[in-house]
Amino acid sequence: MFEHYLSLFIKSIFIENMALAFFLGMCTFLAVSKRVETATGLGIAVVVVQAITVPVNNLIYNHVLREGALAWAGLPDVNLTFLGLITYIGVIAAMVQILEMTLDKYVPALYNSLGIFLPLITVNCAILGGSLFMVERNYTFAESAVFGLGSGAGFALAIIGLAGIREKMKYSNVPAGLRGLGITFITAGLMAIAFMAFSGIQL
Amino acid sequence: MNKFKKLLLDPIFNNNPITAQILGICSALAVTSKLETSIVMSLAVTFVLAFSSFSISLIREHIPSSIRILIEMTIIASLVIIADQVIKAFAYDVSKQLSVYVGLIITNCILMGRAEAFALKEPPVKSFMDGIGNGLGYSFVLLVVGFTRELIGSGKVLGFTVLSPATEGGWYVPNGLFLLAPSAFILIGLLIWAIRTWKPEQVEEE
Repeated sequence: MFEHYLSLFIKSIFIENMALAFFLGMCTFLAVSKRVETATGLGIAVVVVQAITVPVNNLIYNHVLREGALAWAGLPDVNLTFLGLITYIGVIAAMVQILEMTLDKYVPALYNSLGIFLPLITVNCAILGGSLFMVERNYTFAESAVFGLGSGAGFALAIIGLAGIREKMKYSNVPAGLRGLGITFITAGLMAIAFMAFSGIQL
Repeated sequence: MNKFKKLLLDPIFNNNPITAQILGICSALAVTSKLETSIVMSLAVTFVLAFSSFSISLIREHIPSSIRILIEMTIIASLVIIADQVIKAFAYDVSKQLSVYVGLIITNCILMGRAEAFALKEPPVKSFMDGIGNGLGYSFVLLVVGFTRELIGSGKVLGFTVLSPATEGGWYVPNGLFLLAPSAFILIGLLIWAIRTWKPEQVEEE
């Protein structure tokens, strides 16, 4: 049993990396990767939010939205799956808000270091994507908790790696038209090729 | 009339949402391994973008600024649900291939970006035009990348064989790398290079 969760965790970090295999959260991935320090802050914020929202959305999907899920309320024929998208984004926005207030009150040091990144996470597609993959793959509650943590960690790993490469690249002489965004895309492409080496691993 | 033309055509090359504003990149990379999925995705995004800009602009004077993001999200999410249900009803196979990416139009930053930057300040018809123009700019990148990836990766265009592959007795050896994820990054990188060489004013200073 433990082995199953461990392999799901490893798989969601390396083989199915959110940023480099599914291209989720690209906007922040490319925009906030100029310095390692800020990238680390964003990475931690993504791990925390992802590890909370995916299991919460799993509970809501299984007990409210799914076909026949409302049987406990005496409504066995109701199917609310079409409300999925609007519910998940609502949960994510609310969770981010609650997390922000909690951190501000109890852990002000962490709150200050995350700064602007927390609210930005609401529109990060890696977070919504995590919830949508959870629904598509029919994860149980425990599996979705592991998947949330792993996919968040995978995103953090990718963005910190890219930030490290971009810091080094300040010293290189890049052709004018490629400067900035262009070379970042190509760097990310090469990183994605490197991450494909994991895809042959059977777990 | 000229004003509308500028609104429609500017976002295609001069201020393209993907290559100049860095918005909405996730879906541009993920759905472009085939031309067919690229076309469906472009249509869906253009539809949602035009109507979300239009509706947000209609009620822009009644939105309190403290909860505007929530309102924008609700409008966008409702439109995306419509697009999602339509695609599921009329193009079920494509909707399976697009997987979660139709739902992810909600968090596509082009929508929020245009709502914040344009629709909240301008009248409805202009916002509608701006939405269509940015949708066209997005579609342009998606179609170029989708066409190149399908042609080089499998020798086909829209599912019809153009370059007959060596496995079926032809001459063309498909380059499988173009069907895989990383090639999209590199193609868009090269596309940005091409556009910036043509229009040097977009080059970034370091």
